[in-house]
Amino acid sequence: MSGIHLLTLLTVLPLVGAAIALVASKHARGVALITTLISLALSLAVWTQLPANGGYGLVEQHVWAPSLGINYYLGVDGLSALMLVLSAIVTLMSVDAAHRVHHQPGLYFALVLTLEAGLFGSFTALNFFHWFLFWELCLIPAFFLIRLWGGTRRGPAATQFFVYTMAGSVALLVAFLAVFLSTGSMDFPHLTLLASTGELEQMVTAHLGPVMLWLAIGVLAGFAVKVPMIPFHTWLPAAYAEAPSPVTMLLTGAMSKMGVYGLLRLALPLFGHQISQMRTPLLVLAVATVVMGAWAAAAQKDLKRIFAYMSVNHLGYCLLGIFALAVPAAGAAAQTSQAMALNGVILQMFNHGLTAAALFWFVAMIQHRTGGHRGIDQFGGLGKPAPVLFGLMSIALFSSLGLPGLNGFVGEFLIFRGVFPLAWVAATVSILGLLVTAAVILTVIQKVFTGPVPEHCAGFPDLHHNERMALIPVIGLMILLGLLPQLIVESVNPTVVNLLAHWRF
Amino acid sequence: MFLILHPNSVSLLAYTIYLSFAGSLVLAVLPKGKPALARWLALAVAIAGLALAVQGFIAGMGQGRTVLIDLPWVPSMGIHFLLAADGISRVLVLLTGLAAVAGVLFSWNIELRTNEFFALFLALIGGVYGVFLSFDLFLLFVFYEIAIVPKYFLIAIWGSTRREYAAMKLAIYSFAGSAMVLIGLLAAYTTAGSHSTGLIELAHANLPVSFQMWCFPLVFTGFAILAGMWPFHTWAPTGHVAAPTAASMLLAGVVMKLGAYGCLRVGIALFPRGLDPWGFSFIGIGSWRDVFAVLAVIGIVYGALVALAQTDFKFVIGYSSVSHMGFVLLGLMTLNQIGVTGAVMQMFSHGIIAGLLFAIVGRIVYDRTHTRQLAELETMHLSKRLPFAAWAFVIAGMASIGMPGFSGFIAELQVLVGAWIAKPWWALAAGVGVVVGVAYTWRALQKAFFPDVLPSAHVLEQEHGHELAAITWPEVTGVGLLTGVSLFVGLYPKILLDAIEPAVKALLAGGVQ
Repeated sequence: MSGIHLLTLLTVLPLVGAAIALVASKHARGVALITTLISLALSLAVWTQLPANGGYGLVEQHVWAPSLGINYYLGVDGLSALMLVLSAIVTLMSVDAAHRVHHQPGLYFALVLTLEAGLFGSFTALNFFHWFLFWELCLIPAFFLIRLWGGTRRGPAATQFFVYTMAGSVALLVAFLAVFLSTGSMDFPHLTLLASTGELEQMVTAHLGPVMLWLAIGVLAGFAVKVPMIPFHTWLPAAYAEAPSPVTMLLTGAMSKMGVYGLLRLALPLFGHQISQMRTPLLVLAVATVVMGAWAAAAQKDLKRIFAYMSVNHLGYCLLGIFALAVPAAGAAAQTSQAMALNGVILQMFNHGLTAAALFWFVAMIQHRTGGHRGIDQFGGLGKPAPVLFGLMSIALFSSLGLPGLNGFVGEFLIFRGVFPLAWVAATVSILGLLVTAAVILTVIQKVFTGPVPEHCAGFPDLHHNERMALIPVIGLMILLGLLPQLIVESVNPTVVNLLAHWRF
Repeated sequence: MFLILHPNSVSLLAYTIYLSFAGSLVLAVLPKGKPALARWLALAVAIAGLALAVQGFIAGMGQGRTVLIDLPWVPSMGIHFLLAADGISRVLVLLTGLAAVAGVLFSWNIELRTNEFFALFLALIGGVYGVFLSFDLFLLFVFYEIAIVPKYFLIAIWGSTRREYAAMKLAIYSFAGSAMVLIGLLAAYTTAGSHSTGLIELAHANLPVSFQMWCFPLVFTGFAILAGMWPFHTWAPTGHVAAPTAASMLLAGVVMKLGAYGCLRVGIALFPRGLDPWGFSFIGIGSWRDVFAVLAVIGIVYGALVALAQTDFKFVIGYSSVSHMGFVLLGLMTLNQIGVTGAVMQMFSHGIIAGLLFAIVGRIVYDRTHTRQLAELETMHLSKRLPFAAWAFVIAGMASIGMPGFSGFIAELQVLVGAWIAKPWWALAAGVGVVVGVAYTWRALQKAFFPDVLPSAHVLEQEHGHELAAITWPEVTGVGLLTGVSLFVGLYPKILLDAIEPAVKALLAGGVQ
């Protein structure tokens, strides 16, 4: 227990900020900036206070509704803390990018901050109900942010997004009610312990019959929508494209991580055995997500849709790593591979969040300066009037491509290194995704930055001072993590070892 | 970090990498509008790199493999920042240094975004130095990938004919090759179970023969794509033609060598048993060695024949590179001392000569005549109007066809002798390529510079009004440097052979020690 309840503070702070922003209307962005900056500082403080053994730290626990097994139960390990930092960074970037919200700015920033609170809450919760509350809390502001500030076809996009995710949530809820009815507990650590000895399956089977596999499928479906995994991805392109770019940053940078996080925090610990039974079809879907995501990106003409599908592709690597490691480890070599893959997955979550947020930041900026253009054929030669933009965005794009020396490479390399011995066919086929992504990214660079400059881009201004100041830390972080991935891996590795020790496949 | 801060005469060679990247960074942030400053700075960095390379070459004489720097990078995976050099590395680093200096000299007239051009140029050079000096497979891969980016931009921004297509094709081929290498890298690392990505450790890991059998062709092909191996060579002519002169010089001169170097340093050194006979044979092909040797021979002959049919001067040189790189691959597949030594010699020699040829065609001729069509050049009487270019091409052409006295002669001779020892018909077939090589070089020479029809006095008078720009000092210096090196090595090959032979011997003996 921590004297100052750091995690509660972290979750409540954005809500307070949201309330102030709501009434501050004109100064809402300033309020949001200050709030997100403090949140970032707090999340970094959490990051520094991780326990060395990889278990949960900063734990807060209060009884909430005992008859339903509901506790106010918070704690962080390396995985959660990294996601907190990521959420804080992405929200800050999103607020920074949203300096052109003229329509109801108070409400806009209040929703963004509520979303941030939802993210913090769901990344720290250790009780299902508590977690689920925040999981849903994220959904509502996201819906309204798309619905009210989105593009021309925002209506259907928002509805589709909401319905898909709700359906996933229902599946999750049902599965966990079944687990609660059988075990009487909703606390993750307790349930994980039960599952690791095999008791969980016995209890569920004794109470409800042989439904464990179905529960696993329900839980997987819930998270698969959120990540998303093919074939549950169809909501994504519309939502990402129609949402205003700062909101897309939140969707892809932080919210998509909730799905992967859920797989790691809930699905694998509780249903590891069932997942390992379904490993082959799941691997096929993961590989499909990687490869089809990249192909779909190659077929797009709209920058936002290209980056949306690239997100699908990049999170596909996370899925690949997660499903590949879901296999009983035979020997120390296989355990090392599992640990590598899991380290890679967590690193990839962070890297993708950072890079994707940066890319959508650039799209927002380009779109604003060219009067709403974002089709890749509508640009050309921007490298000439805007060399700084060209340089910085190229770094972000190459990070997305997975160029060695930048952050994107390390996560993908670790995943491939880990997956290769565990599922070499899947790894080999997925490398195809890397290739197609490379082609897509080079095409983007070619169409946007080289060639003749069209008329409406002629006076394109380069990044001005404030924009450079906002971006340089992010780009710098990409380079830093590319050269010194230990900065994250060393803090995450104990958690990885601890997680793997408790998972039963 | 101490090793970085306190260089000694051995570790100095590693500074070629740092210096080039540092120069690249400085150029990237240099104020715009001062192209002269950028040029001189790039030249200074390139010369300093060459000086370091020469110093490293001299200091390394008579020594085997020396470690330049060894720092743990990602300890949990056994990845080291391990730079080392043996005779092969030193020779190729020397080549890179020469190509860098010559490249800057022949880019002296770049006016469009000069800073960025030289920044990317030096980044490419830095990546190439890095590949040649990496003795950690992971690190080698990192430098190999990093080198792809600048060459893409060099072509896409400063290139000519269908530059975007060519740049994309080059990048995709390169990435496809490196994806294959990546698979091999992961597979080898996993199979070896040695928890180290060091080339030495992996070579000593006794990888199972059945594993080597499939991993060798994968990795070898992955690297050989960049070496222009037939039938994966098609990026090379289009890329060379579209690239600005300095980039073609580097592409043909050193980037293709990266591929060949990877074939040798990774493919052959880590998976030597992958070259063993399969145990059965089909139309005389009974091992991966036969397969790649046949592809190399096809590349030699095919490249030469296609070069003979080109109407674009630069394409002639582009295809000649495919043919000459075929000798490198054939030399590697001989697996005997003389053949592999010849392959490394040929890498050096072709690097110099291809650079020279591209410089003459792309910079000296094209920038003045604005055409590369042989039919149009034929009417321009260049031997009278650009005698320097004509005679430079005569010398370069002689070097290219392997005239004794030039570096190409000794290299190709060694490869042919090695091939003869391995399988005589390889040498015979490759010999056909040499003959066709003479034909296309002389055809291009005649068409471009010495056409049959002599100009009438009237025509000459007319042309007098439109004089071609005079030859500048960087061009003279560059041509002098490259021809001088080719001649010097041709006349005194021992200087390189003394470095290459022991390294090849150690490499073929198994293990990289």
